[in-house]
Amino acid sequence: MIEIRWHGRGGQGAKTASLLLADVAFNTGKYIQGFPEYGPERMGAPLTAYNRIDDEPIRIHSNIYEPNYVVVVDDTLVGPVDVCKGIDPNGAILINSSLEPSVIKEKLKDVNVKIYVIDASKIALETIGANFPNTALLAAIIKVTGLMSKEDLEKNMLDSFKHKFAKKPEVIEPNMEAVRRAYDEVKEV
Amino acid sequence: MSIKERLSGNEAVAYAMKQINPDVVPVYPITPSTEIPQYFSSFVANGTVDTEFVPVESEHSAMSAAIGASAAGARVMSATSSQGLALMYEMLYIASGMRLPIVLTCVNRAISAPINIHNDHSDSMGARDCGFIQLYCETNQEAYDNIIMAVKIAELAKLPVMVCYDGFITSHSVENIELLEDEKVKAFVGEYTPEHYLLNPDEHVSMGPLDLQNYFFEHRKQLADAMTNAKEIIAKVSKEFGDISGRYYDAFESYKLDDAEYGLVVLNSTAGTAKTVVDKLRDKGIKVGLLKPRMFRPMPHKELAESLKHLEAVAVMDKADSVNAMSGPVYTELVTALHKHDVHIPVSNYIYGLGGRDVKATDIEKVFRDILAAKDNKENLNGTFYLGVRE
Amino acid sequence: MVNDKMGASELPLAGIITESGNSEKFNTGEWRNKRPVHDKEKCKHCMMCILPCPDNATCHKDGVMTGIDYSKCKGCGICASVCPFKAIHMEDEGGND
Repeated sequence: MIEIRWHGRGGQGAKTASLLLADVAFNTGKYIQGFPEYGPERMGAPLTAYNRIDDEPIRIHSNIYEPNYVVVVDDTLVGPVDVCKGIDPNGAILINSSLEPSVIKEKLKDVNVKIYVIDASKIALETIGANFPNTALLAAIIKVTGLMSKEDLEKNMLDSFKHKFAKKPEVIEPNMEAVRRAYDEVKEV
Repeated sequence: MSIKERLSGNEAVAYAMKQINPDVVPVYPITPSTEIPQYFSSFVANGTVDTEFVPVESEHSAMSAAIGASAAGARVMSATSSQGLALMYEMLYIASGMRLPIVLTCVNRAISAPINIHNDHSDSMGARDCGFIQLYCETNQEAYDNIIMAVKIAELAKLPVMVCYDGFITSHSVENIELLEDEKVKAFVGEYTPEHYLLNPDEHVSMGPLDLQNYFFEHRKQLADAMTNAKEIIAKVSKEFGDISGRYYDAFESYKLDDAEYGLVVLNSTAGTAKTVVDKLRDKGIKVGLLKPRMFRPMPHKELAESLKHLEAVAVMDKADSVNAMSGPVYTELVTALHKHDVHIPVSNYIYGLGGRDVKATDIEKVFRDILAAKDNKENLNGTFYLGVRE
Repeated sequence: MVNDKMGASELPLAGIITESGNSEKFNTGEWRNKRPVHDKEKCKHCMMCILPCPDNATCHKDGVMTGIDYSKCKGCGICASVCPFKAIHMEDEGGND
């Protein structure tokens, strides 16, 4: 079972991202859970969302305390929130950030897991034309976890976008471009 | 062939309601059940269902409108949570007392104060004696299945049914689910043909008349008998549902209980987490098992006692407190059931997870370890403990 | 028709009444403490007392006021009050006089 914890802020779409990931994994025949931890529902307040992905039915219904992977949607959370709490030593953390790798490394100097960075917001602005980093983050975490190949991801996302954007077909290709770029541009620091 | 999907608990219930296509849905939104009327109203707006959707001004009005519509002869469904159920309270008794087969989804949430929007069972447990059948669900799959069965159970038993599942944990978590085809659900629930109803032009009836000393007691006995008879009706409907879905439901689920020495009784989503703990302890050679009630009303007291009598000790977990200086509601009723059937084993009570306090696998493991450790010190076993609370 | 010898298994569910307008089968005139008395001498058969009676206890036939049905009358006194000819007056019911 893979367990993933998302850290974001209210309004940034961490919940949506976790549900999207659940969707994508579901489409490959996995058993999935995608759920947010609702706190005070305020724009900008730190929030957490979770994913479990497995080949077997998932029965556990608690939050995730020892995630294999952590995704940080907003790098300003690193510090105020202990984003790496309980993380599997063999796991990894993925951060959406435009900061220099050395700066990120310094921020996470106490962490002994692999650190991946993606500038998902920049990709989103350059492809979709708005700061919707979800699609890019999703592609990046899929690459980091090795959940599926680039080809499978592209096929899967295309199907899902065709359905989701049936009335706005013009946004499908920009989103696909974000998927491809994020898959290629995510890197370990 | 079933349809494999991924839906949240609330999506699953709204979807089931779409397939059932009830005549009337009077509802007032409250977290965490809000999405049910939200999704369902879009089915109404899109013309996918031909339900009369009544957006009322309070939950008291929602249940009142449900009662009126049901008495008129309609198939009626609604949904609520927490304070919403509390506000309905007066009308819940009217619904059952008038023997109206209303199906109400209760997405379990703590009752204030202090104010809290998260899951525990104090809402539905507070309404446990109102004459509704109560079915509890571990997963979104069970919520979907029970809602479909509830329609038929209600109409056969002539009793309202409350289907309960955990707020946020089940209601907002997206999980795999198998759905039935629309035609199958439609055929399963069939047409509602009430025996007496107010809009029948061929029979003029009065419902809910004044009922004084010389009749009221008999009508309450009818209600008690109906609840007793509901056991058989639930079993029959569940069997029929199993035959079309492949998913068979009993009054409760026993998990690795037959050869267990120590048992745990817990409702709803926590039972799933508890199963993983049972597996873990079993791997270490510790013989533990789980019993997850589905039916709380009617209470399957005889079958419960039968299933638990061989155990050395049982822990009952309650996600509600009766505030009675004694124990939580599931414990009280379970111990009564055991006593009633002459089963005398130590039973301890754990009040847990109030106001959405997360229940970890390690919390449940602690409960098992507690009762295992108390093997030789049985007076410790009959206590009531507040699991994980800061004293 | 129900009676209070019937048990839970025999009574209609939840007290539902399936015969519309069955109140004529019941003696509901037991609650009076004053009774209206009709004076045939004074009565002009104007029918003013017929419509206001909540229990249809003021009786008439072929345009003639025929008297009070005491099995239905609750003694509210409306008939006495509306009669323009004081042809109905209220008397204490039993016991006191």
